[in-house]
Amino acid sequence: MTESLIINIATMILFLPLLGFAVVLFFGKKYPKIYLFEVADMLLVLLLSIFVMIAKIGYFPGSIVYSFNWIDFGNVPFFGNTVIELGIEIDNVSAIMLVVVNLISFLVHMFSIGYMKGDSRYTRYFAYLGLFTFSMLGIVITHNLLMMYIFWELVGLSSYLLIGFWYEKKSASDAGKKAFLVNRVGDIGMFIGILILYANYHTFTFADIYAQMQSGILPFGSEAWLTAAGILIFMGAVGKSAQFPLHVWLPDAMEGPTPVSALIHAATMVAAGVYLLIKIFVMLTADAMLVIAVTGAVTSFVAATIALTQNDIKKVLAYSTVSQLGYMVMAVGSGAYLFAFFHLVTHAFFKACLFLGSGSVIHAMHHEQDIRAMGGLRKKMPLTYMTFLISTLAISGVPLTSGFLSKDGLLAGTLAFGNLTGHWLIPIFGFTVALMTAFYMFRLVIKTFHGKPRDMHKYEHAHESTFVMAMPLVVLSALSIFIWYTPNPISADAGWFASSWVQTPESVVPQDLRFEFMQTDTHETAAAEHHITHSEMYTEAMHSAHYPAMFLSLGLGGLGILLAFMMYQWKKINSWKLAMSMKPLYNFSLNKWYIDELYHATVIAGTLGLAKMLTWFDQKIIDGIVNGSAWLAKFVSKMSDLFDTFVVDGLVNFTAFFSGFIGLTFRRFQTGKVQTYLVFVIFSLIVLLVIFRPF
Amino acid sequence: MITVGLEHFLVISSILFSLGLYGVVTRKNAVMVLMGIELILNAANINFVAFSKYGNFGYDGQAIALFVIVLAAAEAAIALAIVLNIYKTFANVNVDEIDKLKD
Amino acid sequence: MTIYDIIFYLFAAITVLSAFLVVTAKNIVHSAFYLLFTFFGVAGLYVLLGADFIAIVQIMVYVGGILILLLFGVMLTNKITSVEIKSGTIHVLPAVIGLGLFAAFVLSTMMTTKWKSNPAELPFTTVYDLGYILINEYVLIFELLGILLLIALIGAASIARKDKE
Repeated sequence: MTESLIINIATMILFLPLLGFAVVLFFGKKYPKIYLFEVADMLLVLLLSIFVMIAKIGYFPGSIVYSFNWIDFGNVPFFGNTVIELGIEIDNVSAIMLVVVNLISFLVHMFSIGYMKGDSRYTRYFAYLGLFTFSMLGIVITHNLLMMYIFWELVGLSSYLLIGFWYEKKSASDAGKKAFLVNRVGDIGMFIGILILYANYHTFTFADIYAQMQSGILPFGSEAWLTAAGILIFMGAVGKSAQFPLHVWLPDAMEGPTPVSALIHAATMVAAGVYLLIKIFVMLTADAMLVIAVTGAVTSFVAATIALTQNDIKKVLAYSTVSQLGYMVMAVGSGAYLFAFFHLVTHAFFKACLFLGSGSVIHAMHHEQDIRAMGGLRKKMPLTYMTFLISTLAISGVPLTSGFLSKDGLLAGTLAFGNLTGHWLIPIFGFTVALMTAFYMFRLVIKTFHGKPRDMHKYEHAHESTFVMAMPLVVLSALSIFIWYTPNPISADAGWFASSWVQTPESVVPQDLRFEFMQTDTHETAAAEHHITHSEMYTEAMHSAHYPAMFLSLGLGGLGILLAFMMYQWKKINSWKLAMSMKPLYNFSLNKWYIDELYHATVIAGTLGLAKMLTWFDQKIIDGIVNGSAWLAKFVSKMSDLFDTFVVDGLVNFTAFFSGFIGLTFRRFQTGKVQTYLVFVIFSLIVLLVIFRPF
Repeated sequence: MITVGLEHFLVISSILFSLGLYGVVTRKNAVMVLMGIELILNAANINFVAFSKYGNFGYDGQAIALFVIVLAAAEAAIALAIVLNIYKTFANVNVDEIDKLKD
Repeated sequence: MTIYDIIFYLFAAITVLSAFLVVTAKNIVHSAFYLLFTFFGVAGLYVLLGADFIAIVQIMVYVGGILILLLFGVMLTNKITSVEIKSGTIHVLPAVIGLGLFAAFVLSTMMTTKWKSNPAELPFTTVYDLGYILINEYVLIFELLGILLLIALIGAASIARKDKE
């Protein structure tokens, strides 16, 4: 086994979904069964990526890079040598990510076979899924920011296509547009960030940029620019990972088919933002990290409060996703690199399971999404219920689940962060969200599956899903169990995932720009002043935060679950009365903090107002100028018209008249009669004789 | 009257030539045009033979006159065939009315 | 005024007069008959010029061949019973003026030019000598003329025959 084999297989993994997309798109009309090709294609990709992961992690400790010069502009004036490199890089993170993406993608493909049955654009749906998978894999295995950006936009495109898949519905097509536009806002920042880096380092490749940073080269020689570059690239993640304040598109994106929500808007694409942050983690300065951490904390808090009161099953899950993504971003910002990625992986599985489970419910209820119309589905759909419950336990952080491990580690990270830097707000937000998460998730489970059915008619027709839909649920819920990640259900530290597979990389920013606990230790300073090294300091903080965080999160999670049962199962607390007693807060949450309204009032109204102003400007000033110039042009053309009519045409007409006159005159001679010509010949002959007379 | 010499024959041929040309120019009938041409050819022939004698050129002039007669015969045959064709097409042989190259 | 001169003037008068009548006669058939006299006159002139063979050929070919051919042409292209046989004229005035001037020029040229006159002593008969040079010096032209006549014959027949219906 060589590196080139891995690279070849990775390239195949990247392009097979594209092949599937092309084949299904072009032959879908003729052969409706072609979608099976796409599913088989994804199975192959999945197997290949599992092979890549095992091979990479098992045999190659370093990252495997293959790159080639895409464009060589040569020596560009004022800039220097300009070479654009493309390439792929397989490190442990991307190898794991490959498996996560392809596994969920394959399961969603399978689920969709059942869920989308009977849809009029069945094959096109699978084609789009293939396109999405291709784009997502591109993000995962790229080794440079340019390809990252390109595939970034491609996932945006496929997300747009799939959100608006049922474009006959106005809400769906609007949601697609909203997602696309909101993402643009973040992507512009990302693009500027990339350009700042490129302008200074003349390369898009991560490793080259980091190497130059490590040697002390700063963008434009300034520390602020480095922070700015990090925050600007983070803006891309804000858009794609639905962070506050650009999170508004994700709940609307639930207009797409539910498997799409599971794949794109829960498990993979929205995690791309976090993945990007993991990729650029080493170049983040302390300031940038703080911004990121606060953004993540605020996001998770806001989203969790909104999720408390939503009644649409998918909306609850959507806000829960936003909240969890906020968690991950917060973890990256607080330096818990490992747990951010760990939570990304576990969250991908259990959130995909939750979404697919909700898809199963929605399918069974004939596209009813309001949890107030559900209830008692436990008996009708035991398998769905079981898998949904396991995933809910995982997201709530109940022990023995994967969610417990990652969430616990993540919260411990924030706690350590608060301890080391004094930013206590972040762990406070984190733990509050843990409470709320447990509450609203169990509210969802209880309202959907427990109690008495509220809509008997729909309840009667509900039924357990078929194998193709149930199988992904089982697989995903099985992956939400701790055993896959660590043998010790209490701590992830003992597991292979946290201990050896993924390691926090060394930061490359200058020492004084890092958090203290991330600084590289030099023996003189560290030993002299603290007697312990910085990394030891962090490890110790993590260690000491571990048990408090675990108990705190367990306690808060348990409290949340208890509250949910009290309110909705045993009806000990009247939830309606509680809501009424805090009516302003309730409405605030129900209406999603009025953020959409705020945007309507500010951004959209502002845009419209600007547009109106521009219209006025257009109509009065520009049109005036245009009309004026038109009038002028008209006048000039009238003058030239007169000139034409009288002078030019006069000349032309005169010429015509003159030649006509000549023609008329000489036509007489051209009679067509031979004898007439002969007469002329004779007279000409006489003339010649007179001229050349011999005497 | 003076003794007949070269000039007399030349004058006769000139008159004959002019009359032939007059016929070609003025007569409408195609056959009449042909007759005019024969007159012109005869005028030329007279010149040939006259110069042959008075110029003391041997028999060349006469030989050429002979050739001219042969050519005139051929020309007359072809021309009459054409005239017949014209008559078939236009139902008359008036040269002044035949001014179309094709229908 | 020798007998030679008298005969010359006689033939000249016949030639010119009949030629004049040829081009001025209204009736085409009359024109054809006047043409006969013209040819005879010209033949006489040939004799006077010592070209006895040419004269004979003139009479045989022109009178016996061409003139008959022309008459056939007249017969075939005119309805003899109608008055249409009379042929009209055009451009009479311009032709008279133009050709009068032309003739004046030519005649004055002919008469005023100082011709180098060196009359040859011609033998009694020219047939032998004419035949000799025809198959010696002019043999190529002679053969070509034979071919030309053949072509003319075939061509005339081809042109004049009836269209295939």
